[in-house]
Order: sequence, then C-alpha cells, then structure tokens
Amino acid sequence: MTETYDIVVIGGGNAALCAAITAAEAGARVLILETAPKPYRGGNSRHTRNFRCMHHGPLGPLVESYTEDEYLADLMKVTGGKTDERLARLAIRSSEECLPWMEEHGVRFQPSLSGTLSLARTNAFFRGGGKSLVNAYYRTAEGLSVDVLYEAAVTHLELEGDRVTRVDYTHEGAAKSLSPKSVVVASGGFQADTDWLARAWGPAAKNFLIRGTPYNRGVVLADLLDQGIAQVGDPTQCHAVAIDGRAPKFDGGIVTRLDCVPFSIVVNKDAQRFYDEGEDVWPKRYAIWGRLVAAQPDQVGYVIIDAKSLNLFMPSVFPPIKADTLADLADKMGLPADALEQTVAEFNGACGDQSAFHPTELDGVATSGLTPPKTNWARPITEPPFYGYSLRTGVTFTYLGLKVDENAQCSIDDCLVSNLWAAGETMAGSILGQGYLAGFGMTIGTVFGRIAGKEAAAHAN
Amino acid sequence: MQIDLLQEARRQAEICNACRYCEGYCSVFPALQAERAFSDGDLTQLANLCHNCRGCYYACQYTAPHEFELNLPQALAEVRQDSWEEFAFPRAAGKAFQKNGLAIVLATVLGFALLFWAARALAAAGGEGFYAVLSHNAMVAIFLPAFLFPLFSIAIGLRRYWQTVGGTPVRLSHLRGAIASVANMRNLKGGHGDGCNFEDEDRFTHARRYAHQAIMYGFLLCFASTSVATLMHYLLDMPAPYGLFSAPKILGLSGGVLLVLGCGKMVWLKLRSDKSLGATNAFSGEIAFTGLLGFVGLSGLLLYAAGGTGWMPGLLVIHLGAVLAFFLLTPFTKMAHGFYRMAALVRDAQRRERV
Repeated sequence: MTETYDIVVIGGGNAALCAAITAAEAGARVLILETAPKPYRGGNSRHTRNFRCMHHGPLGPLVESYTEDEYLADLMKVTGGKTDERLARLAIRSSEECLPWMEEHGVRFQPSLSGTLSLARTNAFFRGGGKSLVNAYYRTAEGLSVDVLYEAAVTHLELEGDRVTRVDYTHEGAAKSLSPKSVVVASGGFQADTDWLARAWGPAAKNFLIRGTPYNRGVVLADLLDQGIAQVGDPTQCHAVAIDGRAPKFDGGIVTRLDCVPFSIVVNKDAQRFYDEGEDVWPKRYAIWGRLVAAQPDQVGYVIIDAKSLNLFMPSVFPPIKADTLADLADKMGLPADALEQTVAEFNGACGDQSAFHPTELDGVATSGLTPPKTNWARPITEPPFYGYSLRTGVTFTYLGLKVDENAQCSIDDCLVSNLWAAGETMAGSILGQGYLAGFGMTIGTVFGRIAGKEAAAHAN
Repeated sequence: MQIDLLQEARRQAEICNACRYCEGYCSVFPALQAERAFSDGDLTQLANLCHNCRGCYYACQYTAPHEFELNLPQALAEVRQDSWEEFAFPRAAGKAFQKNGLAIVLATVLGFALLFWAARALAAAGGEGFYAVLSHNAMVAIFLPAFLFPLFSIAIGLRRYWQTVGGTPVRLSHLRGAIASVANMRNLKGGHGDGCNFEDEDRFTHARRYAHQAIMYGFLLCFASTSVATLMHYLLDMPAPYGLFSAPKILGLSGGVLLVLGCGKMVWLKLRSDKSLGATNAFSGEIAFTGLLGFVGLSGLLLYAAGGTGWMPGLLVIHLGAVLAFFLLTPFTKMAHGFYRMAALVRDAQRRERV
C-alpha cells in the first residue's frame, strides 16, 4: 500500500463508499479508514433495505412516478418542517440519477419485499438487503484501486486555519497519521456511545438498545465539533422505535421489530396501560412507541395478546412468552399478576362490538369509557394461550451532526473548511431535523456521498 | 432424522422469516415465508429446495461473529445431507457412502476388479470390437441389474421424501415448472441473473452454474447415447461398433467432453469454495463422486480414442468398472441430489399453485 493518498474517507458504509468510488473514478488515490472489522464493515448500511427515489415514470423496480413535490411533502410531514428545504430538494432531485448509478456500480434491486407493498412506488429495495449493497460497493471500490483499512479507528483531525492538515488513526495497535489533500467524513452518528447518549437524553438512555452497528461512536463527530466545526441537529434527540426487549444491545436490526402492538394491550412494569395501542397502523406509530416506552419506569413495556391475534402480524426473531392463564403469563414476565388480571378485565369490559374488526385498516373497533382508550382493533383478551413480549426503546440514529452546504462541504465560523466534506448519517441532521422517512437515509448517503467524492477529488486534482 | 440439525435449521429459518431481505435470491425464501412455524417436513423441503448458491450467506447481516450466527446454506446442507442418508434404501448404504469419499473410491476399485474378472471369465469367442473383450450378453447381465437396482432404490427414497414433505399427486404443470427450473438452473442465477457466490466469497459468477449444467447435460447426452444404442441393437438389429457420425457416437462424444470439462471445473470450484457453507463432513464424498463421474466421461473418451489399439481391452474394463460403480452408487452419493432436488421443485410448484 502506498503512503500517499489524495483522499482519506473516514467510515465504511454507503456514503463513504459512494464518495470513495466517485473520487476514484475521477482519478484520485483513495483510502477508506473503516473502524469496524471486515465482517461488520458498512455501518448501519448493513441493516438497511431500500432507497427512496424520485422518478418520472417507471424506473428500475419502481412503479408509476414519484415527484419532487410529493417526496418533499412526505418528508415535511415526518420532520414537521424541520428541514433545510434547499438541501432536501437537492437530495430528492438527485435521487433519480442515483438509481442507475447504483446499478452500474454493482447494486441489484428487486421488487418491493412482501409486506411492504405500500413502498413499491417510492422505495427501491436492494436484492439481499443493505449488506449486499455494501459488498457490491467494496468490490467496485477494489476494482478502482481504492485501498481499505479495517479496524482503523480515526482519533483526531488536525485543523489549521481553514484546512485539515492531518488525520490521526490507530491500526494494528499503532498510532498512525496521514496528510491527504482532501478528507471525507462519513462515519455516522454517535448512538453507539451510550455514555454520550445518556448525557444527551438522561440516564434512562442507558437502558436503550442500539438497533445498528456498535461502531458508530461519534469519535470523529465529537472531535470536529469540539474544534468548532459547524453543527446541525438537536444534540439531545435520537430516532428510536419500540423493539423486542430481548434484542441484543447492539446490531439487532430488522428482525427485532414487533408489529403486534395494534392487536394488544401494552402495560408497564406495574401492569398499567399508558397509551392508545390502536391509534394508527403500526408503521405510522412505531417511532412514537420508542418514546412512550422510554418514558415508562425502567424503560420497558409489555405487550399482551391472546391466541386469536397471534398470526395477525409478521413473525419476529424471538418466540413470544406463552402461558395458559394471565396469572402465569404475568409470573413468567415478571409482572404483578393481580394488577395484570385487573387491567385486562377493565380493558375487556370496555370492549364493545367487534364485528367490524379488520387487522390492516383503521376499523374503529374501540373501547368505551376507558382511559387511555384503544381506538381501533380493540378486542378482549380472553382466548388462551396468552402471549407476551417485552418492549424496549431501540435507537436507530442520532440527529446531531456536521452542517454542510450543497457541496457537502463543512464549515467553521461561517467559513468553508477548504478540504473537508461530510456525507451520510453524520450530516443527515441538516435534512432530517426530526422523525424519519423510510429509505431516506440511504438517499442522503448516496447523494451526498457522491457529491463529497466529486468535490474532494476536484480539490485534490 | 437428526433432531439437532433440524433444530438448528428451524432456529435459523425463524430468524430469516423475521428479516426477509433475501426473498429475491431463490426459491427457498418464498417457500420459507409461506410458513410461520416449521415442521420437520417443511425444513426437509426447504433443505432440498436450497441449491447452496450462498447468496443469502454473504448478504446476511447476522452471520458470525454476530450472536445470531446465521449460516443458512450450511444449516440446510446439513439437513439435506442427513435427509438423503435417511431416505436411502437400504439406509446403511446411504450412511456408508454419502459423506465418505474413500468408500466411493473403494467401491469404484471394486467395480474395476469385478469387470476384470468378468472379462477373463466371460470373454466371448468371436465377438467384434468391445464384445471381443466382454460378450454383449455378459454386459447386459451385469449392467441391467446395476441399472434397475438404483432405479428401484431411488423410487423408494423419493417415496419416503414425498411422505415426509406432505406431497400431493403430481400433475403435468408441476413437472413443467420443475423441469424449466432445472433446465436453466434458475436457482443458481441469484434472482438478478448475475449467478451465485461460490469460489470467491461474495463475487457473483456463473462458473458453478455453467459447470453444473455441463455435467448435467453431459450426463444426459451420455445416457441418451446408451439408450439410442440399446434401441439400435435390439429394435433395428444394428449392433456396435458405430461410426463417428452415428447418433450414439455424436451424443456420447459431446456428452463425454461436457462431463469431463464440467466435473473438472466443479472440483476446481469446490476446492476454492468456503467449505463451512456446505455440509462440512460431506466434502470428501462430493469430491470423490464428482471425480468418479468425470472419470466415467474421461475413460469413455479415452476408450474411443484407443479403439483398435492394444490399450482397448484394459480401458474398456476400467471404463465399464467406473460406470458400474457410478450406477450402483447413484442412490447413495451426491448423484441422488438430482432426484431429490427435482422432487423438491415439483413440491414447490404445488405450493405456488396453492397460493
């Protein structure tokens, strides 16, 4: 490996790879410093599955069309307007040309996955999921003579005036440094650093699970923010959803999701209900439940269903806890049995006519005279065996990040840093101020990764 | 069947069913996703539907060192291998040969020895060409049972399979779907048409698919050659030897060349593949079987080249010995996979029809 690189890309996920490939195609010598070992390369991109894409008419696996305005409206709905509209439009507009570019660089798409028909028009699914995309990009990058160092943890970027002059990292137990002409930061958020999360959110965050990679510890982000690089996004917030409480602390990914809440009652550790489980269809509510569970004692919730609801939702990775009586179920789940029986009895008593029950639509089958109410899919929990899942808060990503302009360039004290660009989750807070839109993280990563790669190469040349 | 293998496959299938990212790769995932709980029969069916293309392994975010430790190609290969041993008739032969390359080699050597003995004891006075070495009737007396027994054995195995997976009566439409799938090895194309992952980690290539098809079509051509020659012998009273441009020769030569090239490439690929993504202790058995099949083709071609020379008698008994071993071992070696794979595809066609 040569020791002279035009560009160092920090991170090894989608945005980093798009930047590295684009820069290498522009003739730059590129090195990727990926902090994870090879089997875990790719950051949170490993867990993704699709790419939200604007298109005029059918494009690849996408049907019909999805206009810029509709896309932006969808984004505004989830962010509540907390969006840099100029950057958002740039990402949306560029997404259309990204899809063929992705295919040219080895990514393969497929029709939308079963159970996700609602996304067939808006989101292009990767065949094999995000890790297959990451694999394809690494193959392409290697073919372009991009070098990759795994387990290379960047510790510090030395800033002198408006330039990054040195990249410090450790590799194979030794401290090393490089002085490339350009640097692209694409190393994600800080959600895997639970101490940081706890400082930002409060001590409850110690009980959160991290849905993605354990390697997004925000080391480079913190280093740059400490030196005064412009920041964006609410530092105290993270995107979180309710997932199976038995999921691993890190990297549980898609299989830990639980779709059964609408058909259940959810109680806290005192066996008390705390929110309307039937407020809306689950994809529109799972993020809310991440926060709801975080607000309960010990940051844990318990989903209770009965036999008639077991097959109404997608299977998840762990089988439910099962018992023939509610008291037994309470014992097995560590809940007070009397309180659970009473909560269920009150709920059952408040259920009315269920003839309109429809599992995939808002059916209006509601409780009456119950606080909090259940406004849809309210059927009494009566049919043994009874099943339970525990729920915990699973963090997807953090919003705090590096503020960039339309060239993906970072700045300090209102001046551009002449050789520093950022892409992916680490700058997504510029566009996603709150909430999340399925597949938009990959759009931001791809669009700004390519921009950063192009700009970094132009600077290096 | 082995409970621990089934239990491990079940654990993994349940995780896959909660993820579903791989549903575009092959026939296994749509079939898997149609279930919520997996019976032993379901798992046996999934295992035999799996072509070990490995796309799902390299795309999986849950492979070791992740604590879920998914390796679906291996889990299904182990169940598949175990099912072939279990369904084999007689069972003991399945257990003896499936995973045992040495036993296959020994059986082949025994085949040679038997044919050498036959050539000495049953040489025909006055026969022409090959029949001077071994009379036609002697060949038939040896090979007819050696051909019928495996057919009978495979039929019993398939019956056991069909009962295990809960198969229903087969209709033409089911067969059509299965044959189309086999004819172009759709399940080794990765869904996107780029091929499968085998000899170079996550790189998609058609190498294994092409090698497999060379073997399969080579074998079928050789088989057709023998069948045509049999018909010519009995129906048309046209005994061997046949000229270069006769149907048996054209079929046999092209088939032999494909068989040799295909088997050679397949062994080369297998040696480069990651053995931990297959049934690890079946590796020697697979290599030995592929080698034997390639050797059947090679010795046949050499025999043709040596026709009329002093090498011919020796090569003939070696070739026939290899063919004999190959046929007798068919129900107990990797060759059996063709029958079970076909059955699994037919069963899958039934499932899809139901949906």
